Amino acid sequence: MSADQTLAFDPSCHLFIEGCGFPAPGLHTFLYEPIATIGSFEFTKPMLLALLGSIAIVAFFWAAFAKPKLVPGKLQMVGEAGYDFVRRGIVYEIIGKKDGEKYVPFMVSLFFFVWIMNLWSIIPLAQFPVTSLIAFPAGLAAVVYVMWVSLTFRKHGFVGGWKNILGYDKSLGAILPLIMVLEFFSNLIIRPFTHAVRLFANMFAGHLLIVMFSLATWYLMNGLGFVYAGASFVMVIIMTAFELFIQAVQAYVFVLLASSYVQGALSEHH
Amino acid sequence: MNALFLAAAEEPQNPLLPHLDELVIGLIAFAIVFGFLAKKLLPNINKVLEQRREAIEGGIEEAEAAKIEAQSVLEQYKAQLAEARHEAARLRQEAQEQGTAIIQEMKAEGQRQREEIIAAGHAQIEADRKAAATALRQDVGKLATDLAGKLVGESLEDVARQSRTIDRFLDELEEKAEAAR
Repeated sequence: MSADQTLAFDPSCHLFIEGCGFPAPGLHTFLYEPIATIGSFEFTKPMLLALLGSIAIVAFFWAAFAKPKLVPGKLQMVGEAGYDFVRRGIVYEIIGKKDGEKYVPFMVSLFFFVWIMNLWSIIPLAQFPVTSLIAFPAGLAAVVYVMWVSLTFRKHGFVGGWKNILGYDKSLGAILPLIMVLEFFSNLIIRPFTHAVRLFANMFAGHLLIVMFSLATWYLMNGLGFVYAGASFVMVIIMTAFELFIQAVQAYVFVLLASSYVQGALSEHH
Repeated sequence: MNALFLAAAEEPQNPLLPHLDELVIGLIAFAIVFGFLAKKLLPNINKVLEQRREAIEGGIEEAEAAKIEAQSVLEQYKAQLAEARHEAARLRQEAQEQGTAIIQEMKAEGQRQREEIIAAGHAQIEADRKAAATALRQDVGKLATDLAGKLVGESLEDVARQSRTIDRFLDELEEKAEAAR
């Protein structure tokens, strides 16, 4: 950590030192002072990471796919594997090959964007998952939401679109109105919220755990506390490895859900 | 890195309320990725993947054609081989028949020649015997008269000849020999 950084906790504070306590992480852990301010616009570290991440993704795929060869090089092979994973593993599986092809570029972009934004969590010096700020998952979930709702109405018309969204099915009889109310809330209101929050909460909690064990490791480094600090440090390592896994899983789930929403919009019966 | 942890004292807002600036940046960042991937890079790779698929399928088709051709050639060869075998069998059969005929012919010829030779032999022997008998008769007659003459003391030759006694005697002898045989 460089000298010009001011920390939210006192680094000289350790276990068994009078007059200070454990600097527990909290909501403030997710707040950054702006790097630059343009009018009322505040440019912060997560924003920088978001843009850097985008550039990294584009740079990777540019290097891999800008001049693709029939017999691929190593980088192209890795790129193709990633591309194929989303294309075949998610889009073809959920939407189908014929209908899904149109949405492959969107889903591929979405997967790698979410994954890299998550991955920042364990990249040294960055060490912050951009997606643990609700604005980033919310923006993506909103794009997906607008996409599948407009698709529904374009595919089935106004009445058909509503029938599709509300799960209209005559055979349900008397409980149909109740089902339609439930479907309305579940599909149009809860769905985008859970879509965004699932990703946000996972990354938020993961980051909180890593920060907590990191701070604890530092705080406990005094006298007998070194024993506990060791255990805490082991937890930092374990949580970092676990986060690496969770980051990929959450990116996968986010795109899987987006695909399934699009599939629902395209299907005849909800 | 200029990133700073804010002091805990500062009032944090509800973590579920999106910050507008972050929302905008997030969408811009995603738009950058989506723009590049959807407009240039993924169509690029799709083209190559399609070409590769075609190349592989072309290769498979070529292999298929080669296989079919090989199959037909093999069939042709097999047919030719069967024909050749058939022909060989036919020729062998023919040769065998011819051989048998030739052997038969040779046997007949041999038989005929043997019989001829035997017949000729018999004739020769008969002729020789006759010649020998004639010569012998003369000699024996002469010897006998000579001997008798010596015994009697005079030449009986002319008389004997004239009387034909010797001839008769010899004929008798001959008859006896015939009968004894």
